[in-house]
Amino acid sequence: MTTGDLLGKILQLVIGLAVFAVIVGLLIFFIDKAPKKGRDYWQLFLFLLPAMFLLALGLIYPAIRTTGLAFLDKSGNFSWDNFIWTFTQPAAIRTLINTIIWVLLVPTLSTALGLAYAVFIDRSRGERYYKALVFMPMAISFVGAGIIWRFVYEYKSAGREQIGLLNAFVVAFGGEPVQWMQTDPINTFLLIVVMIWIQTGFAMVVLSAAIKGIPTEQIEAAALDGTNAWQRFQNVTVPGIRGSLVVVLTTISIATLKVFDIVRTMTAGNFNTSVIANEMYTQAFRASEIGRGSALAVILLILVLPIVIYNVNVLRKQREIR
Amino acid sequence: MSSVAPADLPMKGGAGELEVTVESEAPTKTGRVKRRLTSRGATAAALIIAVLWTIPTFGLFISSFRPAELIQTTGWWTIFQNPGFTLDNYQDVLLGTSQSSPQLGAYFVNSLFIAIPATIFPLTFASMAAYAFAWMRFRFVNALFIFVFALQIFPLQMALVPLLQIFSTWLKPGQQWLHDLIPIIPVQNYLPIWIAHTIFALPLAIFLLHNFISEIPGEVIEAARVDGATHGQIFFRIVLPLAVPAIASVAIFQFLWVWNDLLVALIFSGGTQDAAPLTQRLAEMVGSRGQEWQRLTAGAFVSLIVPLIVFFSLQRYFVRGLLAGSTKG
Repeated sequence: MTTGDLLGKILQLVIGLAVFAVIVGLLIFFIDKAPKKGRDYWQLFLFLLPAMFLLALGLIYPAIRTTGLAFLDKSGNFSWDNFIWTFTQPAAIRTLINTIIWVLLVPTLSTALGLAYAVFIDRSRGERYYKALVFMPMAISFVGAGIIWRFVYEYKSAGREQIGLLNAFVVAFGGEPVQWMQTDPINTFLLIVVMIWIQTGFAMVVLSAAIKGIPTEQIEAAALDGTNAWQRFQNVTVPGIRGSLVVVLTTISIATLKVFDIVRTMTAGNFNTSVIANEMYTQAFRASEIGRGSALAVILLILVLPIVIYNVNVLRKQREIR
Repeated sequence: MSSVAPADLPMKGGAGELEVTVESEAPTKTGRVKRRLTSRGATAAALIIAVLWTIPTFGLFISSFRPAELIQTTGWWTIFQNPGFTLDNYQDVLLGTSQSSPQLGAYFVNSLFIAIPATIFPLTFASMAAYAFAWMRFRFVNALFIFVFALQIFPLQMALVPLLQIFSTWLKPGQQWLHDLIPIIPVQNYLPIWIAHTIFALPLAIFLLHNFISEIPGEVIEAARVDGATHGQIFFRIVLPLAVPAIASVAIFQFLWVWNDLLVALIFSGGTQDAAPLTQRLAEMVGSRGQEWQRLTAGAFVSLIVPLIVFFSLQRYFVRGLLAGSTKG
């Protein structure tokens, strides 16, 4: 990077921020100068204008267009080919199956591990340090996590000293080193481990807060009745945090359905590890198969839609209560 | 929904608890008996999980300070048998000038210069919209708000292809013009990424800030209106200062989201030193030079350092923002 490059970048930042300040200033000017007649409407309109304009331009119109593109073949005629391809080509079917495996394993295992950990460390000494260690992966990028775990899975041919932790263990127990990332189907499960590593911290923090919300009296009463720890967990703790469990499971499910960076960084979807979000990118932006990419995006939307509808219903109930 | 509902995650009720528990030892509610429900076995299990969760990052961190030939021939856990410490890896990835060096310095600047405006822009527009949603009551506004809420779970993938087409039609000529006017600004500048991140951040930011802004007592706003303040003045002088804690949480979340993003960068940055962020460069290095661990380890840590600093120094805001925003994308 030359000094000129750096200057150019700084200049961009300054110009960008200045132009933005001018835009906001103008908006506020017009808001305050709104005509007396129907003043509230005008002001509301101007307050909403930038956000709504950007959403319409950048999310709503593109979504409609993507849906359209999914039904066009290469010459621009209506066809179901893109969807037929998705559900008939072996590689595409494998992508769908992998996505299903991801979305079955990641939310359940992360939540189970996070819950177990939250219970184990509840009210123990140094609880906050325990939490920070497991929560830390949430802060870093999926790309960084991908590199961290590729290093764990690193392979050196048999006979050489292994530098990857996993193969070192395999060799220490008398096994042959494995090219983990190239070996189907175990590679998909090893990628899933990375996502679980990240999401467990999220589950743990939310569930830990929920556990602390359970009245102590309930737990004490159960203890006086002579129940053991497991029975108290089953009959008091779990029912007490059911709502939070649902939130954690749905949130991690959404994140898992959209997982892209991990697959992209670790295998780029090769060796039968692709998932929908990665395949969408590969088809639309690497293979120039816009139609197929759009069809995959639509499938992704359909998979997320039930959770969207569920959350909207929860929100509407809450707003009615107010 | 017991204590944590999706709509409650932000900064009321449920979130208050989260904050307390992350920040301090178990809350000492009056009369709470410090009875451990769990046994030695549980403590041991927790310890094992904590170690398992930390080792991968720790190994990468140790390796980033080891000389290249040692990384390639010995495991990092043998560091005491095969000692060796060097800062060359960091020197090489950050400042190296050779053709093969990753030159991460330039990408670090990009990450920073992308993330700062991509945090300020959406937060400004979102707080304006949140104010409108919270304090200007009209019938259709409620439906519009629920629609915006639904958009936050919406997969980005649905928007990427057409948005890229829009940008190459409408934005490209402007970028070219700016380059002709000021040659040190490259044709491929930050503008498309800024706009893309701004758009994708809006639904979540509006929702979270609305939750907070609508909690501001109505009398405060009414009093200002009686005194003749305009909506612009109320927004800047009263609402924004009161909403600072909420804005800080959302801002930290958004900053890290942009810093850690790969997908938006891949599509809108052009992929060169001119505008591509660290994550994109690292992903590319893994693809093309996945065996050069001396560079990958140090490079990964260059990109992790900012999130880790934010995580350890602003943990309270960070956790609140992250928990509230985890459905984004």
